[in-house]
Amino acid sequence: MQSLDAAFSALADPTRRAILARLAKGEATVNELAEPFEMTQPAVSQHLKVLEDAGLIIRRVEGTKRPRRLAKAGIDAMDQWLAMLRKALEANYDRLDQVLAGMEKEKHKKGEKR
Amino acid sequence: MSQTVSKMTLTTEGDTHVIVTRRFAAPPEAVYRAHTDPKLIQKWLLGPEGWTMPVCINDAKAGGKFRYEWTNGTGGGFHITGEYVELQPYHRIVHVERMHLPDPTPDNHIETRFEPDGAGTLMTMRMTLPDEKTRAGMLATGMEHGMEASYVRLEGMV
Repeated sequence: MQSLDAAFSALADPTRRAILARLAKGEATVNELAEPFEMTQPAVSQHLKVLEDAGLIIRRVEGTKRPRRLAKAGIDAMDQWLAMLRKALEANYDRLDQVLAGMEKEKHKKGEKR
Repeated sequence: MSQTVSKMTLTTEGDTHVIVTRRFAAPPEAVYRAHTDPKLIQKWLLGPEGWTMPVCINDAKAGGKFRYEWTNGTGGGFHITGEYVELQPYHRIVHVERMHLPDPTPDNHIETRFEPDGAGTLMTMRMTLPDEKTRAGMLATGMEHGMEASYVRLEGMV
């Protein structure tokens, strides 16, 4: 089992998170990852190694190619990220509910009619 | 697609869109005002616990600019600048924005609609990013603040 620390430090880098987001859509080779991310192949390979060591992705052998895909831990990590983004947005809108309730009260106080 | 438990939905569409929907108990006029009046925006557009928005400047008219600055009170912070493209009062806002981290991210083109939903409002926010990589980066950045919170929780558990 991979340590939680390794997974968290692997996720601390925005490029690695973006690579995971790309892999969430399906398997990709180093070449396919290097192109949209405008990175050199060695730079991509380095990030992939970190993700692999953390147990977030796995590689497959297909001739000379080594396509990568998300491991179960990687899928869980992506789900957690989305859940956290969701939570931040939900916190905003829960506050907005309060603001709207306050506006409604203010209107009644002023005796406005609609 | 629709969830009855949660009032909010967050989905991706194609390679470059992010769609957020949310229902509110107030009419479109109030929800629209809460999105365009700086005094109201400062009360809710804050993100995770502990963040505030000390600077909220906005000129809500077509071609008008806005600038929102956030801080976490311990030295962390970032800001967003943007321009309004089109405003149809109480119904629709179209604007362009970018985050400064401090380098500006590519423009995020956002259309926000406010539609009557019974006595309330259904808000639909449709973001369009220039490409897939930018969208992945934006979603990852949004997650960063959540990551921070979970680090704190982890430390608390040790």
